[in-house]
Formats: sequence, C-alpha cells, structure tokens
Amino acid sequence: MSLTTKLKILADAAKYDVSCASGGSRRAGSKDGLGNSTGHSICHSFTPDGRCVSLLKILLTNYCVYDCVFCVNRVSSDIPRAAFTPQEVVELTLDFYRRNYIEGLFLSSGIFRSPDDTMEQLVAVVRTLRHTHRFGGYIHLKAIPGASQRLIEEAGRWVDRLSANIELPTQADLVQLAPDKQITVIEGTMSQIQDGVQAARAEKSYRRPAPAFAPAGQSTQMVIGATPSTDAAILATAAHLYQQYSLKRVYYSAFSPYPHADPRLPLQAPPLAREHRLYQADWLTRFYGFSMDELTTADDPNLSLDLDPKLAWALRHRERFPVDVNRAPREVLLRVPGLGYKNVARILSIRRYHRVTLDDLRKLHVPLRRVRPFVITPAHSEHLLRLDREDLPALLTKPAQLELFSASLDSLSGQL
Amino acid sequence: MREIRFIPTPDGWLAAALEQLTDRRRPSEILWTETTAEQPALPGLFSDEEHEAGRGRELSRSSRAVSVPENFRRLLPVVAYHRDRSKWALLYSIFWRLTTTEPRLLAIEVDREVARLLTMQRQVERDVYHMKAYVRFKKITVESEEHYVAWHQPDHPVLPLAISFFKERFAALRWSILTPDASAHWDGKTVSFGPGVSQREAPSDDALETAWRTYYAATFNPARINPTAMRAQLPGRFWKSLPESRLITPLTQAVRGRVGEVIDSRRPMAVLPMTGSLSELAQAAASCTGCELHLAATQTVFGRGPSDARVMLVGEQPGDQEDLAGEPFVGPAGEVLNRALALAAIDRSQLYVTNAVKHFRFVLEGRRRRHQAPRPSDIVSCRPWLEAELKAVRPEVVVCLGRTAAQSLIGGQLSVEQQRGRFFSSPFSSRIMLTYHPSSILRARDRVIQDRLFDLLVQDLKAAQSAI
Repeated sequence: MSLTTKLKILADAAKYDVSCASGGSRRAGSKDGLGNSTGHSICHSFTPDGRCVSLLKILLTNYCVYDCVFCVNRVSSDIPRAAFTPQEVVELTLDFYRRNYIEGLFLSSGIFRSPDDTMEQLVAVVRTLRHTHRFGGYIHLKAIPGASQRLIEEAGRWVDRLSANIELPTQADLVQLAPDKQITVIEGTMSQIQDGVQAARAEKSYRRPAPAFAPAGQSTQMVIGATPSTDAAILATAAHLYQQYSLKRVYYSAFSPYPHADPRLPLQAPPLAREHRLYQADWLTRFYGFSMDELTTADDPNLSLDLDPKLAWALRHRERFPVDVNRAPREVLLRVPGLGYKNVARILSIRRYHRVTLDDLRKLHVPLRRVRPFVITPAHSEHLLRLDREDLPALLTKPAQLELFSASLDSLSGQL
Repeated sequence: MREIRFIPTPDGWLAAALEQLTDRRRPSEILWTETTAEQPALPGLFSDEEHEAGRGRELSRSSRAVSVPENFRRLLPVVAYHRDRSKWALLYSIFWRLTTTEPRLLAIEVDREVARLLTMQRQVERDVYHMKAYVRFKKITVESEEHYVAWHQPDHPVLPLAISFFKERFAALRWSILTPDASAHWDGKTVSFGPGVSQREAPSDDALETAWRTYYAATFNPARINPTAMRAQLPGRFWKSLPESRLITPLTQAVRGRVGEVIDSRRPMAVLPMTGSLSELAQAAASCTGCELHLAATQTVFGRGPSDARVMLVGEQPGDQEDLAGEPFVGPAGEVLNRALALAAIDRSQLYVTNAVKHFRFVLEGRRRRHQAPRPSDIVSCRPWLEAELKAVRPEVVVCLGRTAAQSLIGGQLSVEQQRGRFFSSPFSSRIMLTYHPSSILRARDRVIQDRLFDLLVQDLKAAQSAI
C-alpha cells in the first residue's frame, strides 16, 4: 500500500477527533533541531467545513479490536484498513512541518492487540520525533485508555498534550454503544495523566529545569446525540471532568449518522446548533462565572436551540436586570446577554475615564438589540419597559436559519 | 503647514515626531513625507539586527527628552507597518494628545482616533498572523543543498515583523520568504533582505504538495460542509499561494446538496469539471469513480439531447442494453418510451433524456445481468452529475420517470401512483413532474394494467409538453 493511500485512509479515520488546538505550551526552537511552540494556536488552513487545520491529524492504524457502535473504525465496519509504521509518521510530520503546513502532530490510533501494544508504538513515534530529530513542534497524543502507568509517564514527558476521550456522556451510554469501554478505565487514564502533570508541577517548584509533563494539559471529547442523554447530563459530566482532572477543554462532537448504520443509532443527526449551544454553555462556565447547573432547569434539562444559554438564563432571571454599565462590577456585566468577556474588559477600562453611552457600546460592536433591555446607560430608558414583556425572547432572537450559519464562527472566539 | 521629511521606520518617525513635539508644533501644522517616497514604505529593510534592536532599546534611547508613554511605545512599531500612509499623521495626533492634555487617551477605545489606530494595529497583527499561517515553503535544491522558498502576499508590508518567528522555528533550515514588497533570506546565521519578487519568479512546485492535498481532502468532513465559515477564516486573496486551495471548489461542489442531508463521509466523490458544457461534462463523467458502480458496469451512460431542450426526462439508471450501447433508453424500456412519445406527439430529438444514476447496477445470475434498484447512496453519489446537466440544459420542465429520479430531485417519501402528473418545486427545478417509468409498465401484472399505466404515461407526457 502506498504512503499516499495510507495517509488518505488514516487521516479520514482521524477526522472525527475535533480538537485542533496547538497552543498552551511554549517550547523554544533550537539551532540544530526543527520547530518550536509559541504558546498560541496557528491555523495553517481551513477545510470547506470551516474547520481549522493546525496539526497533522492521523491514526497510527485504523485496525481496532473494539466494537464501538458510533465509531467508523469499529471492528465490524467494512472500511479499508491501513497502518503506518512509526518511522513513516515521523517523516511525514517532519516533511509537512518543514514546509510550514502544520504546527505539529495529532496522533491517535485504533487498538490493535492490546492497549499497551498500541501505546508502545505511539510512544515510539513521539520519542523519535523529540529525541532523535529534536522536534520542537506541538504534539497532541491520544492516551489509550487502560495503558500502563509506565507508558503514560513516558508519553507525558515527550508531548504537549495527552488526552483520553470519554466518548459518551454516561456509563449507561457506554454500555449501550461502546461495550468494550468503561468510564472507570477512561477516567483511570485521565487520573494517571493528572498525576503526571501535578508531579511535574511540584518538581518544578523546587527544581527549576524539571522536565515538563504534557504542559498543554489534557482534553477530552464526547459524542453527543448518539444516545438520549440530556444536555444537563452532558454538562454535569463535563463539570465533573473539568473539576476532577483539571481538563483544559471538553470537546462536543455531534454524532453524524451514516448509511447501513447499526439500528441502535439514531437516524437523525442532532442539529449542529445543539453542539454549538453546548460549547456556549461550556464557555460560560469557564470564562463567565456560571456554573453548569444554572444553565438548564429541572423542567427542561436541555439547552434551548433558539436562545443562547446566557440569554435564556437572563430571561429566567429578569429580576436581576437592568444593570448600570457604568457601575456594575465585572461579574455582573459578564452575565449580561451580548456582552462578551473582551468587551467587558474594554468597558471596565473605558469607564474609568469616560461615561459609557449606548453609542459607545455600538462603537464596540456590541449587539445592541440583545443588550439594550438589560442595561442602563446615560440618557436611555425607553427600552427598559421591555423587560417584563412576554414576547421578549422573540424580540431578541434572529430567525433560526441565520443563527445556524453563524454558529461555527462565534464558537471559535467563544464570545457570547 | 510644514513638511517634515523622515525615514519611514518606527525610529525614524519617532525621532522626527519628538522634535516636533519639543517645538510644540500642532498636528494640523505638519505634512508627513517619507524620504524614500519613490519606493514603497519598507521600514526595517536594513540589517536584521538593527530592526530587532529597534523594537526596544533604540526607542528608549532616542526618547530620553520627552517621555514616550509605554502603551504608545508598544503600538508604534506595529502600526508603522500599516500600508495606509495616513498612519503617520494619526500617530502624531495621538502622540500630541497623549503628551499634552489627555494622558489616558489610549484607554478610551471609543475615541474616533484611538479606534482608528487600534483598528490599524489589529489589521497589521492579523496580517503578521496570516503570514505565519499561510507561508508555504517549497523545497528546492541549490548546489546540492536544500533550500526552502515561499512566496506570500501580505496585505501590509509586514515581513520584518514576522522574521523572528521563522528564524526561531526553522533555525536549522535555509529558507527564503518572498513577497511583492521585499524578500528575506536565512542562511542559518543571519537574515538578509532583498527586493520584492512576483509570484511568477518564485518556485512553483514541490513533490510533497500532492501528499498535503491528499491530507487536506481526507481531513475534510463533507457532512459538516460550511463554506461561509471557511471563507471568513481563509479569505480568497490568500488562495493563490496555497497548494490545497485548488481543492476547495471541487470538494465543496461534490457535496453541495440539501441542508440536513445524510452524507456518508467515507464515500469517494465525483470530480466535476469547473466549467460545464454538456460535452465536457459527458467526457468527465466517463471517468467518474465516485461510487463503486463503475467497477462492474461497462461504461458511464450520460444523458443525450440538445443543450437547449425545454423538457428533460430523468429515468432511474441504465439497463443491460443501455450499458452496452452507452446511450439512455435504447432497450425495451426505450421502446415503450418511444411509443408513448409518439402518441403524445413529442419529438424525442427535442428532449434531453438522462438517468438519476449513470452506471448500471446489477447482479449476475448465470450469464444474465439482472437489474438491481440503486441504493440511496448511489443516487446521492451521482446527483452532482444530474445537477450539472440541469444547469447546462436549464429545462423548463423536468419529468421524473419513476420514483428513483423523483427521490433524487424532489426528495422525501413519494408514491408514483398517488403523486403522478402533479408539478413539484425543489431546489433543482421549479417544475418537476413525476410519472411511471416505462420499465414498470413492462413489469405490470397483466395486459389490462399495462395498457392503463401506458395511457397515464402518455397523458403525463402530454401535460408536460403543454406546460412549456
């Protein structure tokens, strides 16, 4: 099989891992090696699905002994199979990197023989890149759940990010769709990574040039819409993972149905808007001071598809508004629908020297229609009346279709 | 009004500006003129060392007399690389206001001038980022040494601002970055600058670009196609120096379909030619490998008929005889169709006749090839061709012969029996009619039913003809 054919099969098989981040760790370039990491993601291209191409994202092999129903690489799938040798991956990465096509490598794999056999090969790739070729570019390695501590420890020494996918929101979902996987095993691997990160940090506190361990931290991914789990359940799992393992990111990937799929899977793809709303909720908890359980209610455990989660929350808590743009503290401004964290920072800086008016908000490109009912600015009050109107939600939302196409744009910036 | 001539670098301008400030000369009294006016503004085009130093030390040394506010000091070396030369007057006006009456000016982002300056800063920073992202090196061998050469066209002359990034990242390589304004060369020790270079003079190919394009196409997920988001991130003006950009249009076209449609992302795709006369389309379709049907079939059976036909007939797929002849509706079903057309007084040579699926799908039974209905995935795979034919012919009325064609063009659950003879509208055509397929008439249980269905077919064809 030619290298091009392998690349085609193994890139195609890897694209369902959505992470493309390449920031969060600094690695200086060296005179005799190749590459560095600046700490910031760079997207070197975009595919027609609007997604960033930052890393060479491939599987070492798509042979897999597991039979996870939602996964294209499951053992019972009739797709073409291929396997790279570690050396082939190393050379391809270096060749792409020298031409400035990529920031580095994202390497995952199907499970052949056993978790340890697979992990051994993955570690061989990153060891060769870092040790033999003194490669300084970004490396995101998927840890194989259930691999031994020794291999996880070695991997963490070489890579920038090490991560294990939780796959589905709950253990019940896994039992149904991924019979070979168990949340305890996956979380066990996350916990091993977490131990490594913490040990390295502790060591650094008394010995400066201590070796780093996955300096860009760990992330995870879950497929949504393949099972009936609610957004509340998904967000609860995310909150648990962020808190327990200090994850840098949780990625949500909308399940896409395919022909001749297993009858246990839904025929309909969840709307991409649902994925988008989960990301918004995720950002709200990480940067806006919300907690996950504020964003859904017992009556409706799913996020609204029409309203962004911050607006939906504000409409449930109208008694807290309007707030004075020139006086309200940062944490209150962050809860105003339409004010992103960057604009909040701008407002806080400007208002020290200058009273912020409605016109100033317009200059900052704040979405006035959404913001106006919730704030007080000098010389405007006519819109305050609207706060108790029944039809406020309708007044504040755009037609659903526009929303759909702009969705992936603001999920990149995370501004709400 | 006084004309101030200065060297258009951050330092050159700052030295001149400090003099004017010491003389208390107001912004409105100064006309800023770059001394290298016959050349494009290229600050930083001397030695690399001088430039690097200029970003910190030089500024502080020259500014001992009047203190330069720290935030202004950070803005200047960025905004100085903006292509708009009104930046110098704007910088002075802000500098004036900062050092006279408004020391907090830069915090007030809603101020008209500050907003303009910050916009310029963002544009330059964005352009530096684009250079880091979209420079694509091509490997060439000069005197048995590897050299990596890239051509890139930035919006602003920002090459000097991006140099330190490439120096650190590719320290061990020998590389050159060529832009229309200037070029930079790294020999492993120092950077030297040279004149601008046009794309024609830059190396054009690198064998590895094929592998990169393979990767690009494979990592794309057609099920989530969103060209708007892509264009917002990867503006068209950068496409000309990216090896993968030639794939964007064909990849997008191949999956263009109705929103929400289930698309199997593992399916290989039809590659449509960029321009589409019928003969070009037919030629391209002859080598289509967009689904596995081409493996067993004899040939692609493309549509036939004049490009100005006002009525288009769309069948299901070629049968045994069509597959051998390479023409649609020439077998037994074709005979039925011809009889019906004759009775409806329609000249077949005026029609464009084609099929929803262009390859014969069959199972071998002994030596006989028995027809098999196309699967939904075959219909979806082949639809780009049908769409291209519709676009080339632009018929006023489309007649779907049988349910397969209707599924391709109208969609949803359809019943010929209940919905025949009516006109539908869909994204593919505003007037689409559904009627019986001639083969289904041949397959009918007995002569009575055959005659009745045949009459209905004739009736529907007449209705279609009179609708134009």
